[in-house]
Amino acid sequence: MISFIIRRLVSTVFLLVVVSMITFAIFFLIPRLAGQNSAELAAQYVGRNPTHSAIVQMEAKLGLNEPLQVQYWHFLSGIVAGAHYNVGPSQTYCPPPCFGYSFRSQQPVWPQLMSALPVTLSLAVGAAVLWLIGGVSIGVLSALRRGSLFDRFSMGVALAGVSLPIFFTGLISLELFSYKWPLFPNVQYVSIASNPALWARNLVLPWVTLAFLYAALYARLTRAGMLETMGEDFVRTARAKGLPERTVVMRHGLRAALTPILTIFGMDLGLLLGGAVLTETTFSLPGLGQFTILAIQNQDFPEIMGVVLLAAFFIVVANALVDILYAVVDPRVRAALWPCLRYATCGSGSRRTTASSRRWTGSRSTLTAAVRSASSASQARARV
Amino acid sequence: MAIMGLHRGSGTEITGEIRLDGEDLVTAGPERVRRLRGSAMAMIFQDPLSSLNPYHTVGAQIIEAYRVHNKVSRQVARKRAVDLLGRVGIPQAATRVDDYPHQFSGGMRQRVMIAMALSCDPGLLIADEPTTALDVTVQAQILDLIVDLQAEFGSAVIIITHDLGVIAEIADEVLVMYAGRAVEIGTATDVFRQPGHPYAWGLLDSMPRLNVARLDRLRPIPGTPPSLINVPSGCPFHPRCAYPAQVGGDRCRTEVPALLEIGPGHRTACHLTVAKRQEIWARLAQPESEPDAPESTEEAAAEVTEVEAP
Repeated sequence: MISFIIRRLVSTVFLLVVVSMITFAIFFLIPRLAGQNSAELAAQYVGRNPTHSAIVQMEAKLGLNEPLQVQYWHFLSGIVAGAHYNVGPSQTYCPPPCFGYSFRSQQPVWPQLMSALPVTLSLAVGAAVLWLIGGVSIGVLSALRRGSLFDRFSMGVALAGVSLPIFFTGLISLELFSYKWPLFPNVQYVSIASNPALWARNLVLPWVTLAFLYAALYARLTRAGMLETMGEDFVRTARAKGLPERTVVMRHGLRAALTPILTIFGMDLGLLLGGAVLTETTFSLPGLGQFTILAIQNQDFPEIMGVVLLAAFFIVVANALVDILYAVVDPRVRAALWPCLRYATCGSGSRRTTASSRRWTGSRSTLTAAVRSASSASQARARV
Repeated sequence: MAIMGLHRGSGTEITGEIRLDGEDLVTAGPERVRRLRGSAMAMIFQDPLSSLNPYHTVGAQIIEAYRVHNKVSRQVARKRAVDLLGRVGIPQAATRVDDYPHQFSGGMRQRVMIAMALSCDPGLLIADEPTTALDVTVQAQILDLIVDLQAEFGSAVIIITHDLGVIAEIADEVLVMYAGRAVEIGTATDVFRQPGHPYAWGLLDSMPRLNVARLDRLRPIPGTPPSLINVPSGCPFHPRCAYPAQVGGDRCRTEVPALLEIGPGHRTACHLTVAKRQEIWARLAQPESEPDAPESTEEAAAEVTEVEAP
């Protein structure tokens, strides 16, 4: 188990390095391959009608005239150890984790990310609590009363919830509850430290809007999972013991149905922490999602790199946590990872399960996962 | 399933009555039946591999079964679980109680199921094909265990099985069922020596025999088991029966035969006269003269219920 966790964490770090290489290549290698030279890149940051000397100065300042691998090395070592920059006449030290200076504002990227993170964190965690409670309980009730009016109604709403885009439901909710009936007027972010009550009140609409989308998804997943597990033989056994139906559902049915939900929950939360672009834009929340949009619009490479790496960090860490949690939740996985602890039964049986579990965890590490998290991140971005 | 009240809620029709210690379970409310389930009557299922919850230790599952019906502390229930696991022959019960089902073999899981079923000293134990998923040596062990525990706990045991060998070995009373109806009831000796229903003849006839030279093929009952949604009219067995002609007229197709006594405590549901039946069975029991029965594409599925009284 310990060695599994260590292996998982090592692969996590490796994965992050791969992600940083890919993003670096996208923003710095591809323009060069397309024929742009460093002077042209630098020219974008000098203003209208640049003089030659201004371009050269900018080139040197941003380090664009150095070879690519050197630029990448500066970037990577800056994250780990910090970096010294020549900004204008003076030397400045950028403490680790240093993602460089924003091209546009000349400010270090990391503090900007850290000031946007609490907004996204408040949004994502609050919505996650809502959708987990709402989605799972609606899913369970629907499964238990399959075919009933409640089931059909909630599954119909869920279908709408999955299909409607955030900017639609978000705008409708703003129109209704912020303007027509001003229950939540002036929705704007207030930090939790300065005014917790206002913080919560202003986040209600974004929470509900975001949670609606996910709750719909989770309700459908939970319903399907519950229908499957309630048909299992061990549920019949639980009934045969004479357990009250409540215990049968909660302890035997839901327990088994929740395991796959846990996996998806970890990944969804990880994704959202990297920024909920649509929600933040719709409700003008200055979180990581909005930061990303601005960075892309300004072609501010250090900012883009920073936010992509931070988002990748959340996704990869969430994935690793889910893998580890799986072992905690499912005794069969735990046994496969921890085979020889209690008995000397390291025979063929347990070896087989270990091998299969290694294959299982192995497939989640390395490049495929990097590609998958990148692509699912872009998909989810499109949704939230 | 109906006895335990575990049948599907809708679309099921139960006729007659089910009495447990004089209480009718068909008319009893679901909450009352739930209280009896596990305490007064318990069940062992067919497939021990999927009947235990993989997410909980076997101990937790036995403790749970015990504590629903007995107000005791966790420690007391745990001691009871260890004790029961030892009784059903699990070695090192005190440590294995904290193991998960996947750490047990099929036979041991069935032992765990038996321990769970016996946790509240039920008056009635229903075993639904308890040995079908197990290999032959383990089958024998499990059956021995059930017989021993039956003597020890004094429960009535109902074994539902397709395996005539199992019945011959341990049954006191046998109930032969066809298409959801009882067709023959009697002591094991009666049913095996003097069976009085064409279906029972077919079942016994399809068994290989040790005292007869090997035939080329086993003799199945012709035809296939009927659809239970659309049970044949009259005697449900008539489409597969060889003897409606000897009854005469249309009686087998139109009239459901009643369960009638043909000997002391031995009842069958068939229109044939007793004398004719004795004649036919005498002929069937003679091995050589019988011609090969027509080939059947499917193995005849038989449902035999056996009742063992304490």
